[in-house]
Amino acid sequence: MAEEPKSAAPERGERTVQIHVPVLARVEGEGALHLRIRGGQIEELSLQIYEPPRLFEKFLEGRSYEEVPDMVARICGICPVAYQISAVNALEDAFGVEPGPWVQAMRRVLYCGEWIQSHCLHIHLLAAPDFLGYESVIAMARDHPQVVRRGLALQALGNDLMRLLGARSVHPIGVKVGGFHHAPHPAEAQAMAERLHAALADTQALVRWCASLAVPEDWQDFVSVAMGDAQQYPIERGRIIAGDGLAIDPAQYEQHFTEEQVAHSTALYSRYRGRAYLVGPLARLNLNRDRLAAPVQQLLAQTALAWPSRNMFHSIVARAIEVHFAVAEAARLLQDYTLPSAPAVAVTPRAGVGYGCSEAPRGLLWHRYRVDGDGRIVEARIVPPTSQNQARIEEDLRLSLQAFGLDHDDEQLRLHCEKVIRNYDPCISCATHFLRLGVQRE
Amino acid sequence: MAATKPRVAVHKFSSCDGCQLAFLNLGDALLQVAELVELAHFAEAGPVDPDAPVDIAFVEGSVSTPEDLERIARVRANSRFLVTIGACATAGGVQALRNLANTAEWVAAIYAKPDHIRLLEHSTPIASHVKVDLELWGCPVNARQIIGALRALLFGVTPAEERDKVCLECKRRQSVCVVVTKGLACMGPVTRTGCGALCPSFGRDCYACYGPAENPNTAALARRFEGLGLSPAAVGRRFLFINSGAPAFRDQGLGASGKANG
Repeated sequence: MAEEPKSAAPERGERTVQIHVPVLARVEGEGALHLRIRGGQIEELSLQIYEPPRLFEKFLEGRSYEEVPDMVARICGICPVAYQISAVNALEDAFGVEPGPWVQAMRRVLYCGEWIQSHCLHIHLLAAPDFLGYESVIAMARDHPQVVRRGLALQALGNDLMRLLGARSVHPIGVKVGGFHHAPHPAEAQAMAERLHAALADTQALVRWCASLAVPEDWQDFVSVAMGDAQQYPIERGRIIAGDGLAIDPAQYEQHFTEEQVAHSTALYSRYRGRAYLVGPLARLNLNRDRLAAPVQQLLAQTALAWPSRNMFHSIVARAIEVHFAVAEAARLLQDYTLPSAPAVAVTPRAGVGYGCSEAPRGLLWHRYRVDGDGRIVEARIVPPTSQNQARIEEDLRLSLQAFGLDHDDEQLRLHCEKVIRNYDPCISCATHFLRLGVQRE
Repeated sequence: MAATKPRVAVHKFSSCDGCQLAFLNLGDALLQVAELVELAHFAEAGPVDPDAPVDIAFVEGSVSTPEDLERIARVRANSRFLVTIGACATAGGVQALRNLANTAEWVAAIYAKPDHIRLLEHSTPIASHVKVDLELWGCPVNARQIIGALRALLFGVTPAEERDKVCLECKRRQSVCVVVTKGLACMGPVTRTGCGALCPSFGRDCYACYGPAENPNTAALARRFEGLGLSPAAVGRRFLFINSGAPAFRDQGLGASGKANG
């Protein structure tokens, strides 16, 4: 893969080494890592993101609120529903619109489809080859055909679930402010509920399989941040909570979380009370285990892992648990599906500011819009999960590399770094691209 | 069976990754594709060898940085057939909207230290820089399009190109026309088919994510939209959206917007 490591001859007992990985494989997008080691210590470490900025916040200015869901979907092909739902939450907040129980339930169903699709893609195509020592899922499929086929089938189920409410799974077209453009026929919903029920056994097997993968003992201290809700495991709506007891409304986000630009990245860095923090499946599970239904909690207990987990390598298990949960949840919500009188409520725009968030597959996604009296966007701000995780990824790499041992050869160090980064399922399209690893040893 | 399989690469430029998903969402068919061809470079799926000589290169994303310019030249030099996948690679993508504005001002508005951001002034399609053998339109492209193109190229035949309007697909699906029945500003009459006419089948207006159809009568449609009650600015935005870099849409959209301002 990529260029060969280049090691200079040892000089007075110290070696100087540089590694370049121009493109990091199996992440969504491209990034670079710069690492300098001197005297057995990490002297410099930075995750570099060279996202060609696509300037979405500016494209949105002057657009009608009705155009926003179709526009923001284009930020990410893997989690378009997350962008659409955070956006409609924020705009409905601005307009004082309550879309009602049918719309909320169906948004949750659509979102379950995206979690299933994105998590299964990550587990099988991006992460699992690391744990089993393959370059790609295609190589892995030769030795583990059942595991790969089960994963691809679950991913396809997620895609089909998204099609039910969105017509297609990449940039779906069903979501609008106030609800949906279209309500599926009850027969379609029933057929989907049956497919979901039938897939539950596979999702349980997936959880057990992920929990059986050998992972490093890499315990770290970090703050988890996720959404929280009194009744439900958080997906499409709720407040924002943190492991230290924080519980705030989406409108208060900017009072607690800051974003800053660093020289080596086009993604902005987020900090909570001046510290790095974690968003994503492990953070969600750490904070919301008690919101899972009893059978899911039992499955979690069977993993024989200690929850909450402080080991980022357990993210793959958290993802598998969420796949199981999402299949069961969508089946439950579609079980008693009835056709609504209308798939959306009427929306009357008014001037104001709205805040909205939701749990993208890879973590909290927060939006804020200022809108004029005609419903045109005056100003937009979007904070994607990957930029929130970026500081945590760097902190993790530092700790994890020390624990792993800096005396490993460059190829092993590079692989370890890639595994650590992939635990976060970074979506560099949301924040974006170019993972180039430079290790300098002096 | 031939001793060596045809080699395929999937390259990414400025994009959302959504068109590559047409491969990654193939399910079982992804494994069949891997039997038919050797995936020499496809970073998101694992293999990384960006300078590998290949028979077919699929390119996602638009050219938007100085590095992209060098990279697309190398991709072209290393590929027998170069196929663009999606609106970004084929027309500059939604990010081509910045071509109509002052990019430097926008970057300064978002980033505290804009000097660190290296961007070309415009986001441009691949064909603005190198010869492209086949363009697949769509935001996103779907599995049917990429498998159709791949199969045709492997069989050595010219891939069929869909240039019909979405309206024809709507009729074939027996969907109800949303312009006639609901008065919606549907872009179907000027938009290339290929998506399956999804939006009208959901009772909503097409927003032209597949780009201009063959001989699109954009001026007539713009007049129709005004007749439906859209302001000139709103008509302009209909054309200046996902495919604002496509000349037929750009010219009509700028004309309508100019009317709004003037």
